Amino acid sequence: MTETPDLGAPRIWVLIEQDAGQVHPVSWELLGAARRLASELDGEATCVEAVLPGYGVRHLAAEAFRYGASRVYLLEDPVLALYRNLPYALGVSRLAQTYRPEILLIGATTLGRDLASTIATQLETGLTADCTELTIDPKLRILAATRPTFGGNLMATILCRKHRPQMATVRPRVLPLPEALPRGATGEILAVELDLREADLPVRRLRLIPGAERLNLEHAQVIVAGGRGLGGPDGLTLLRQLADLLGGIVAVTRPLVDAGWISADHQVGQTGKTVRPKLYIAAGISGAVQHRVGMGDANLILAINRDPEAPIFQIAHLGIVGDLHEVIPELIRQLQTLRAGDSP
Amino acid sequence: MHTIVAIKQVPDTTHVRIDPETGTLIREGVPAVINPYDRHALEMAIRLKERFGGTVTVLTMGPPKAAEALVECVEQGADRAILLSDRKFGGADTLATAYVIAHAIAAIQVEDPADLLLFGKQAIDGDTAQVGPGVATRLAVPLITYAMRIESLDPATRTAIIHRRIEQGIEVLETTLPALLTVEKEIATIARAPLPNLVRAAHYRPETWDATTPVPFDPARIGIKGSATIVSKAFTPPRKEPGERMSVAESGLTRVVGQALQRLVTAGVLS
Ligand SMILES: Cc1cc2nc3c(=O)[nH]c(=O)nc-3n(C[C@H](O)[C@H](O)[C@H](O)COP(=O)(O)OP(=O)(O)OC[C@H]3O[C@@H](n4cnc5c(N)ncnc54)[C@H](O)[C@@H]3O)c2cc1C
Ligand SMILES: Cc1cc2nc3c(=O)[nH]c(=O)nc-3n(C[C@H](O)[C@H](O)[C@H](O)COP(=O)(O)OP(=O)(O)OC[C@H]3O[C@@H](n4cnc5c(N)ncnc54)[C@H](O)[C@@H]3O)c2cc1C
Repeated sequence: MTETPDLGAPRIWVLIEQDAGQVHPVSWELLGAARRLASELDGEATCVEAVLPGYGVRHLAAEAFRYGASRVYLLEDPVLALYRNLPYALGVSRLAQTYRPEILLIGATTLGRDLASTIATQLETGLTADCTELTIDPKLRILAATRPTFGGNLMATILCRKHRPQMATVRPRVLPLPEALPRGATGEILAVELDLREADLPVRRLRLIPGAERLNLEHAQVIVAGGRGLGGPDGLTLLRQLADLLGGIVAVTRPLVDAGWISADHQVGQTGKTVRPKLYIAAGISGAVQHRVGMGDANLILAINRDPEAPIFQIAHLGIVGDLHEVIPELIRQLQTLRAGDSP
Repeated sequence: MHTIVAIKQVPDTTHVRIDPETGTLIREGVPAVINPYDRHALEMAIRLKERFGGTVTVLTMGPPKAAEALVECVEQGADRAILLSDRKFGGADTLATAYVIAHAIAAIQVEDPADLLLFGKQAIDGDTAQVGPGVATRLAVPLITYAMRIESLDPATRTAIIHRRIEQGIEVLETTLPALLTVEKEIATIARAPLPNLVRAAHYRPETWDATTPVPFDPARIGIKGSATIVSKAFTPPRKEPGERMSVAESGLTRVVGQALQRLVTAGVLS
């Protein structure tokens, strides 16, 4: 056991990820998880606190309080205006060396996965990657972080027994977004000096080539997804018609992206996006585990597949065994009739 | 120009099956391959060598069998290959893995300083994407993850311009060299290996380094001992109860679709 000075109550930290003043929702999901972990830890009260790096982001502290942080460590500096690995990592690591959090949670986003491993190395501690579940042993105060590996074929639960903080990156959208407290919830803001100069930093952003309009698959309520059973790009047209009628977004399995039928931001699964819509229609999708890990938490899954043995039926709430080229046009037809009947 | 590429031999996850009785991974008969991203990293290194001259070194930490993967790298065009293999390295998490790789790279650099270190964006088995950042941090070189293009690179001024994929688009970054990049597949398209490489590889034996020779590793920082995390439990994802199922062949198209729609309306998912 390493000796730590008495620093008062134990702390669980959450990194607040923001871009141009917009907080990534995974940060709030993590604050929700941190509050749950803190309440499961019996004994002395455990503090849930947020670390907020950036520049001109002080106003975001108020939001962090609404999601349950009791204190916000504000790391504000011009060199943090845009995310860069080195200054962000140094800022958070130094802070952690001073305040010694017990747990540090970071979103498994592009930024989070880049940053977390650097911090873990600087602190010489363990880091569990891309988790989908967090629980805690209240007696030993050890975090059990569960994650998919081997392309989603195997789940592994990982512990970090001796090193602190216990770190994990957590996938966006796998934990529920907590309810925010009413406006006016407050806490303490602790502003921390960074003391880094631009001239000492090795990497500089020259420009940003903006991506095509961002597809908000992660937060879509209705998703109409297709797989190789679509047969060709024409099948996608059919899918789009249905999606338009339902006010939904089109998603696909990886082979369709690999075949170049559609851009990669439409892909759901292990190497694509994790989604949690109210309705997920899976047409011509076999239901490989790499796909299922991205959509298994949808509220209602409707599968359409002509093979009654397709694994997708094991997780679908509702299954139609049939040819999608018959079923989807019929769905479109009946939906149109239904809608026509609804309107006066 | 000297580029060092870290590669990992991985089971081809598309062939991974689960034993339904025991719920464990069946590894027998699963072909081992070079982690796909790492092959693209190596290809990028070869392109740079074609352009600027110099050498490409590949290294991997793994069991003796991983020597096969290194020979494949020589076929592809690597000049030198090093296998870090010792039972004491086994069971490493990313903290210990990154220590070993960083320490080995530092040792290689004593004689032949590197201009660039290339890693895959992630390995398809462990999937953590943590080893590259860990190595860059230990070696105190700039890190650029998710690199998808090298726009320019100048060994003389020791700078490079790199395109990196982020959620908002493509970030164009200028970095000093040496730097460590973890790469996407787009970084370079893999060309067919020229015949002389194949001939050379047929006789090539990778150098093997163990935990003590030619470079001593800190025994407290390698393998299980040097790892901060442990896998406490591994299990196959639980199955859910299957839902209701209808068949077009049995009940007819109109009826099946009608019933499904009714269910969606009742569930309140059609707005
Ligand atoms: C490391 C790794 C990561 C991966 N990541 C992802 C990922 O992120 N996302 C992803 O989706 N995949 C991913 N994959 C690929 C995954 O393993 C599967 O290969 C893929 O999901 C299968 O896609 P599919 O269901 O469209 O195709 P298939 O498996 O070929 O299934 C097609 C289905 O369509 C049905 N069908 C055919 N014709 C019709 C018809 N006319 N009407 C109705 N049904 C029909 C068939 O019965 C079949 O079930 C990954 C693989 C690996 C190794
Ligand atoms: C089920 C399971 C879950 C695990 N979860 C975690 C976890 O959450 N946290 C953790 O710290 N460890 C974890 N590990 C251990 C981890 O897989 C090993 O440390 C592994 O050696 C490196 O991690 P990776 O495969 O994720 O590599 P990544 O970090 O994904 O690999 C990125 C790149 O690093 C290079 N690289 C990686 N490994 C090597 C190597 N051996 N030799 C040369 N280059 C290499 C390659 O260029 C590769 O493309 C887990 C292991 C298992 C079996």
